[in-house]
Order: sequence, then C-alpha cells, then structure tokens
Amino acid sequence: MIEIDDKDHQLLTRLADGLPLVPRPYAEIGGPLDLSEGEVIARLRRLLAGGVIRRLGLIVRHHELGYRANAMAVWDVPDDKVDALGAKLAAYDFVTLCYRRRRQLPHWPYNLFAMVHGKARARVLTQIDQLNDQVGLRALPRQVLFSNKRYKQSAARFGTGLAKAG
Amino acid sequence: MMALLDEIDRRIINALQGGFPICPAPFAAAAETIGIGQDDLLQRLQRMRAGGLLSRFGPMYHAEKLGGALTLAAMAVPEDRFETVAAQVNAHQEVAHNYAREHHLNMWFVLATEQGARIGEVLAEIEAETGLTVFNMPKREEFFIGLRFEA
Repeated sequence: MIEIDDKDHQLLTRLADGLPLVPRPYAEIGGPLDLSEGEVIARLRRLLAGGVIRRLGLIVRHHELGYRANAMAVWDVPDDKVDALGAKLAAYDFVTLCYRRRRQLPHWPYNLFAMVHGKARARVLTQIDQLNDQVGLRALPRQVLFSNKRYKQSAARFGTGLAKAG
Repeated sequence: MMALLDEIDRRIINALQGGFPICPAPFAAAAETIGIGQDDLLQRLQRMRAGGLLSRFGPMYHAEKLGGALTLAAMAVPEDRFETVAAQVNAHQEVAHNYAREHHLNMWFVLATEQGARIGEVLAEIEAETGLTVFNMPKREEFFIGLRFEA
C-alpha cells in the first residue's frame, strides 16, 4: 500500500473528471493546487506505479460503441479450484472482467463471474461455449445473464469524486 | 454515433484505453504514436466526448487503495415495479452502474463508496426504501479487469 498524502488526494480529486484536452494538461491540472507540471507528473507516475491509478486513458461508453450484447457468465466452482479456473478465464481476450465473488446461498450459488461484452448475442454465446469447453466448466452449475437495459452508467462517484471505477 | 467514426477515430480508441503518457506534452506524444497531429487528436477526442462516446478521458482508480469500496448487488424486482425501483436505487449517488438482467434476480448494480462501512448502510437504505432484499456479492478476488473495447 503506497502512502497517499493530502496533495495526492487533491490531485486525484481534480483529475477524477478527466484530463483537460489541451496540449499541457498536467500543468493545467496542477495550477489551482499550486503544483508545478513536474510535480504533477512525478506524483501521477508514482500513483500509477503504486496501482492507485489503475490506468489512464480514454474510457468509452461501450453501448455507444455498439457493444450491446453484454453477458455476465457465472459458475459455481469448488473453492479449491476457483483460482486456477479464474486465471484461465482471464486469459481470453473477449473476457472483459473476471472476479470471484461471495455466494448468497441458497439464492445464488455462483462464485466465479466473467463478463463478455459483444455486439451480437449469438457470438457472445458461442464465446461462452468456448469457455465452457476449453476451460473445463461445462459440467459445473452455470448461467448466463444478459443485460437488456442499462439504467445507469456513470463513473463511480465516491462522495468527493475522489475515486472512480468503470 | 458509430457511423460517424472513421478509421482514425477507431485507431485512437484502440490505442488510448490506457497507457496514456505522463510527460509534459502527452497528447503530442500519443498523436505521434498514432500517426496524426496533436491538434487533430485533441479535436477528435473533444468530438467523441461531446458525442457521448467517451465517458471521460482520464483515470480509472483503484477504489480499495484509496480507502474506498466497491460491490456488486442484485435484487429480484417485480416487473411492474421495475422502473420505480430503478429510480429509487439510482437516486443513491453511490450507485455507479445499474443493469436489468434476464434472471429471477433481475436488477444488478455496482455500488462504490468512499468508505467501506458505507456499503452496508446504502444497501440497508435501499432495502428499507424498496422493501426488497438486496443480495450483496462483494469481490473476493480479481482475476482480470481489462475492460477494453475494440472500436
């Protein structure tokens, strides 16, 4: 865990809504915080290296890019197998997210989650079939939940806007 | 929207979902890698952002390393109440995403809070407001969080 001081917090808060689209964005971000361009760059490099900033770049609204077949594939995997299987799923380029999550028995027995975002439902189902066959998941209890409507997609707002996720 | 993307726009989208340079003139550096001019890159990014294709041009943070928390939660919402319950859930600023899914548990939302303890409080508020059970499925392990989309 890297140390994050007050100036880092201020910088992260200011950066949360995005970089200004100007030739010297780090200088512009630093101005109101009394940080030079060089200091902003040094802090951001450190925060990126420490994993506080997972990534920096453009974040698309995937629906608008045509990714409308959005599937959450889930499996009930024995606890001692889930790490190895999760790592295998993560290697597929069409798997966009992959997590182990807590079960909610008896309502929800599934602990391994993989998202597959695609442009056509049939193609996504074929890809999930491929996972079942190639990763050895077919015999496990499993489901595919497509989303048919998005009710909200915002950057995660952490009160101060301090942290943002997808 | 899609029809308005040309080959250069696609190249930009595919090249810049991460790995943006941290140096004094990052857009110039990125533009050079893509093979276009800085002004062209900035104009195209502005256009894509204004058109709603980009959520933003900036960082994705690691919530837990900032002391925050994230979770995925689901509810079984009666169809005739779906819109009302969606509005009740989305009214919480901590709700980042909310999707209808085809399952008995038909509403799935991501909650992001500045402090870990707040997750349980917000879920309890949602249960009280809707009278529905919220199933909380926090992450135990992360195998992959690429979340990149090819244009």
